[in-house]
Amino acid sequence: MKTLKPLNGNQSIAEAARQIDPDVIAAYPITPSTAVVETIAQFKADGLITGEFVCPESEHSAMSVCIGAAAAGGRVMTATSSQGLALMWEMLYIAAGLRLPIVAAIANRALSAPINIHGDHSDTMGARDSGWIQIYSENCQEAYDNFIQAFRIAEHPDVRTPVLVGFDGFIISHSTEIVEVEDDEEVRQFVGEYLPLYPLLDTSRRFTVGPIDFTDYYFEHKRNQIEGIENSPRIIEQVGQEFGQRFGRYYGFIDAYRLEDAELAIVVMGSAAGTCKDAIDELREEGLKIGLLKPRVFRPFPHEIIAKALKDKLAVAVLDRSSSPGAFGAPLFNEIRSALYDYEKRPKIINYIYGLGGRDIKIEHFKEAAQNLVKIATTGRIDSYVGYLNLRE
Amino acid sequence: MAAVRLKDLAKMEDRLVAGHGMCLGCGIPIIFKVILRATEDPLIVTCATGCLEVCTTIFPRTAWNVTWIHSAFENAAATAAGIEAMYRALRNKGKIPRDKKIKILAIGGDGATYDIGLQALSGAVERGHDFVYVCYDNNVYANTGGQRSSATPLGASATTAPAGSTSPGKLQPRKDLTRIMAAHKIPYVAQASPNKWLDLYNKAKKAFEIEGPAFLNVLCPCPTEWKYEESQGIKLAQLANDTCVWPLYEVEKGQFKINYQPKQKLPVTEWLKSQGRFRHLFKEENAWMIDLIQEQVDRDWEELNKLAALK
Repeated sequence: MKTLKPLNGNQSIAEAARQIDPDVIAAYPITPSTAVVETIAQFKADGLITGEFVCPESEHSAMSVCIGAAAAGGRVMTATSSQGLALMWEMLYIAAGLRLPIVAAIANRALSAPINIHGDHSDTMGARDSGWIQIYSENCQEAYDNFIQAFRIAEHPDVRTPVLVGFDGFIISHSTEIVEVEDDEEVRQFVGEYLPLYPLLDTSRRFTVGPIDFTDYYFEHKRNQIEGIENSPRIIEQVGQEFGQRFGRYYGFIDAYRLEDAELAIVVMGSAAGTCKDAIDELREEGLKIGLLKPRVFRPFPHEIIAKALKDKLAVAVLDRSSSPGAFGAPLFNEIRSALYDYEKRPKIINYIYGLGGRDIKIEHFKEAAQNLVKIATTGRIDSYVGYLNLRE
Repeated sequence: MAAVRLKDLAKMEDRLVAGHGMCLGCGIPIIFKVILRATEDPLIVTCATGCLEVCTTIFPRTAWNVTWIHSAFENAAATAAGIEAMYRALRNKGKIPRDKKIKILAIGGDGATYDIGLQALSGAVERGHDFVYVCYDNNVYANTGGQRSSATPLGASATTAPAGSTSPGKLQPRKDLTRIMAAHKIPYVAQASPNKWLDLYNKAKKAFEIEGPAFLNVLCPCPTEWKYEESQGIKLAQLANDTCVWPLYEVEKGQFKINYQPKQKLPVTEWLKSQGRFRHLFKEENAWMIDLIQEQVDRDWEELNKLAALK
């Protein structure tokens, strides 16, 4: 039976993990995702999950355990943040390259230095070329829902690609909301049985996994891997629809808020989208035709969907919760600007970097961006392509 | 343990077959042809990046007649831990029959084991995963062409610790990994070498049979980096035993047992002069180094005998 429970983001993930009961969970504690690992450990201690819980000595080993376990043939998950994900970096590429459908919950956190435990997207953005599917959440409910869907997407035979589900550190991981928790059995049915393709533990066959490729095969094998993530959009779509049919909450690639008739748009991913919706409401009341586009899936990047939603706008501000030092703007801005290149009619686009190290973003900051968009739309002139919100300079 | 005969082993199926690209005279295939025969259960092998991994699995060929996986350089123990955790999970969930025995073997060279993978190995054995880890210790990063490792002996010349006009080679003694593994108080730790094939076989068999983590450290002659004539590897391994540079011993439930006492302990010079990597030590100005090496070997051997005498 569906129940309403007060849960924070970490508890929401742990709750989903209890319901799914993966065969192996291997995770190392790190702020702010520690409570995911602790809660799962307690579930195991209390006999509420039947899978194996492994607590390795580092995140590098946690992902290595996940790789060994997934290759052995079963459902596998982990959770981490920030430096933990950075330490896994080498293994992220190997998980994707070996086509292992591991699911990772990432409580997004800033990267050192300076050391900072609060939420931004630097960690997962740093892993954006690792071959993992990346899904971002706005709140605890989305974190829970996305995490359940992630297994279906990762394990689909045409995809077989690891998935990470991001939810902002502290802002989501430590904030309690009322979450609709679905019935255990319903969740299990939705996720279904996983049938691994080449499990090492099937000893009726002998085979070699992870051999060395030289110049004659590496390129083809990487191309094959890319095909997996290229196949994923239709599965992500299908799983989001099925999830909606079963549980009443539908998911796609983006969430558009008052965007249809808007002349101006703000693009923002993760928890800040919630605040942005309030800002949009206030700005609309002030007479501004402005809307929000919230990307849910960052890899594979839904470039067509986003371009179509934005192409007729006059001006767009893309807000990134990470930086890409030395690049022309931050990652989300890069992708969106590139996605619009082929449209004859396209908006002026600017980039704002915000919220690094958990710096708050408030309604006034979205309004600041909106005022700049008004100026750009009126004058057609952009003074600065990349700016910062709520920063002392 | 019933004695096994060499001709019985010869009749067994090879789990590492011919056609690999390891060097002429390399100790690795000799060692693993013995170890892989020490269990008849289905086996899953994971190799760290290194000579054995690279030389046996150049796509689309494989020399492994057993299920095998490579993940990365420093994580063979963590990969094995993952395989073992899944094996346990699927048995508990009834997806694999409870009585179905599958053995898990992780393999690394000294670079993967003493250095970059020590943390993952320490973590995996501390957690008590039921697997066997074998280190083939050729004292050097052989796969990448002879750089020093923390298993490179005092005085050896390696490309990143070369002997030169102002240096007598590596200035630091080896890390004693076997003792470090014994300090983890895991069920079984042993040191072996390929010349004593029966001792190696028995140790591997014991390691596979014991429940929980087991660690074998096997001396692996490397003609390419030790610089000796290819046919001499097994004789060199014997010399390592007879000079007590590489004693054969095992630690079972904390009890040290020396498996080979040389009738006459030979001076280390016999060992040093057999290999090109030590040639520079015989220059007059480096004589002090040979004395230092002898002192150290004597001290270690004495200490090991004391440990073995403890009950």
